[in-house]
Amino acid sequence: MTTISKVRYSRRSLLKAGGAAVAAAALPAPMVWGQETKNITLRQFGTGVSNLNEVAEKVKEDLGFTLEMTALDSDSVTQRAATQPDSFDIADIEYWICKKVWPTGNLQAMDTSKIANYDKIVGTFRSGKLTPESVIAQGTAPHTVGFTTGADGKEFVQEESGWMTLIPTIYNADTLGIRPDLIGRPISNWSELLNPEFKGKASILDISSIGIMDMAMVVESMGEYKYPDKGNMTKEEIDLTLGIFTEAKQNGQFRAFWKSFDESVNLMASGEVVIQSMWSPAITAVRSQGIPCVYQPLEEGYRSWGGGIGLSASLSGMELDAAYEYINWYLSGWVGGFLMRQGYYSAVPETSKNFMSEDEWGFWFEGKPAAGDITNPFGQVMEKAGAVRDGGSFYDRMGAVACWNAVMDENQYMVRKWNEFIAA
Amino acid sequence: MRNNSVIGWLLAAPLSLVLLVFLVAPIVMIVVVSFWGATEWSIYPAFQFDNYAFLLTSDVTYRVFLNTLKYAAITWACTLLIGFTVAYYLAFHIRSLTWQVALFLLCTIPFLTSNIIRMISWIPFLGRNGIANSTLISLGVIDEPLEWLLFSDFSVILAFVHLYTLFMVVPIFNTMMRIDKSLIEAAADAGASGWQTLRHVIIPLTKPGIMIGTIFVVALVMGDFITVRFMSGSQSANVGRMIQNDIGLLQYPSAAATAVILLVTVLLLIGTLLRFVDIRKEL
Repeated sequence: MTTISKVRYSRRSLLKAGGAAVAAAALPAPMVWGQETKNITLRQFGTGVSNLNEVAEKVKEDLGFTLEMTALDSDSVTQRAATQPDSFDIADIEYWICKKVWPTGNLQAMDTSKIANYDKIVGTFRSGKLTPESVIAQGTAPHTVGFTTGADGKEFVQEESGWMTLIPTIYNADTLGIRPDLIGRPISNWSELLNPEFKGKASILDISSIGIMDMAMVVESMGEYKYPDKGNMTKEEIDLTLGIFTEAKQNGQFRAFWKSFDESVNLMASGEVVIQSMWSPAITAVRSQGIPCVYQPLEEGYRSWGGGIGLSASLSGMELDAAYEYINWYLSGWVGGFLMRQGYYSAVPETSKNFMSEDEWGFWFEGKPAAGDITNPFGQVMEKAGAVRDGGSFYDRMGAVACWNAVMDENQYMVRKWNEFIAA
Repeated sequence: MRNNSVIGWLLAAPLSLVLLVFLVAPIVMIVVVSFWGATEWSIYPAFQFDNYAFLLTSDVTYRVFLNTLKYAAITWACTLLIGFTVAYYLAFHIRSLTWQVALFLLCTIPFLTSNIIRMISWIPFLGRNGIANSTLISLGVIDEPLEWLLFSDFSVILAFVHLYTLFMVVPIFNTMMRIDKSLIEAAADAGASGWQTLRHVIIPLTKPGIMIGTIFVVALVMGDFITVRFMSGSQSANVGRMIQNDIGLLQYPSAAATAVILLVTVLLLIGTLLRFVDIRKEL
């Protein structure tokens, strides 16, 4: 683990701390140390998922420096990472965003030898294989954009080069959410989303980059087409996919589309919709209202996503050391436990285990029935004793990933077609 | 004389400056940007017609503009009917000024809350298991919940009418209050029926109010995006949503081009309306 330097100062921290820091530097070491870290502020921005105030508070408590969090939607995150490199120190972004942003040179590669738990990071983010037998899923798989050639690398490399673009922090496997009480029969395929049985009771999310992947899963499941790569469709494939969904829309298949988390919860909880694309915490939110809702594992597998922390290219000196300190702390378990108790996964599950009770670990990670009530980090009861996590264990869920959220070469074309679909 | 003109200029200067900075400059900027180009995450200055070419050749644009005009027309007709009736009742059937003012203020009370809240509160009301459907079912009027109540053109227009009727009531009520009551007495003395008085005296004299209300309602509906998004469950599109989507995807030039076309459409519309009534003369 690196430690904070005692003499190096970046220009920014000098300006900020001013004379106090300089004066402090002349004083005995322990005090210098405290003064230095106290004056460091790291500015992190990202999507709402992991930008949690609890994390910032814990950083202040454990590491002493200040972490400023800004939560934005994924479009704004992309724009900011790509166009305003000086406005942040740490970017908490998804891997597909990294594919867009990395070529701008606004992020710097991270030396994996400075990451204490690097060897314990899940294989998905290193070799691309969760277990040696795993098949790599389609789309922007994290390891394909996770490594670069060197400290100033601009190109992605496919092997573990020792220089990481993002340090993985949080990820999950997404699927369809259903209301078992209103459907009354087993659901096991993505194609059920367009089943006429659910006419006027289905929904899909109106975020093109994610929605198109859900659509591709449905189209493949219906047997209409087999994509060579769902994560990188050709124009014809985009037309075909959206064509099928436009027809379904005009036949009244969809009750509504949703864009924000809350909307998806309301649609499901009110019974307007019985089957839809959904995110894991939304399922929990519906269930906590006492309404049955299942995050249904499907035969074709999951659509997965992953996020990681990237460092701004302009980060240097003491702040850079602090950032490494932060990353090491992030992977050391507390955050992992915090996230895993909400249903996400941590990049280094084994360290998170120390911060979870045996029952929590069994329920969230191993897919065992809960022995007692399972509460989230905020103390709310999420599952009663005896409950089993939808989809089972970590290896069952992350081992069945069929595709990753992706950014396509034909992205702009896809977006235009998506708008036509909404207007159709 | 010369002194007067200087004072005149000075008096006009503050307003002109405000308009210049906050109205003219932003519009000029939008027009300029509408000719720029965009990559996935940045925009670059250029002078190209790509944005317009794409917009004007896509049949989605026409469909979306038509849809927007449809919303505007239906909302206009409903708000006019309701707004006129309410204003008429307040102006001619309520005798005392105190009551007129009191009832008028009553009309504005719902508008003390945010319009987003007023709109969203329709969603649980109209839903499949909402109050409207469960009431109708328990009354035996229907057997199955009505699906078209929510997330449909009906719910969009209902929300628009609810949100914007006041903008019709206020100007119409205002002009009606200025109508000389003796004109109505004269009409009655000359043997006109109530209907004839309405048709030949009140409506012509209320035209400026109707026109101002129309401008409000049309401009608000044409520029809306959030009502359409929430009340149609994102299933319908209007021009505002097109612009919003473009902005979300960082396609500012394309958004600007759409905004310019929308602005031109609305100006043409209002220009046409104003040919029928000279608001300034009749105010």
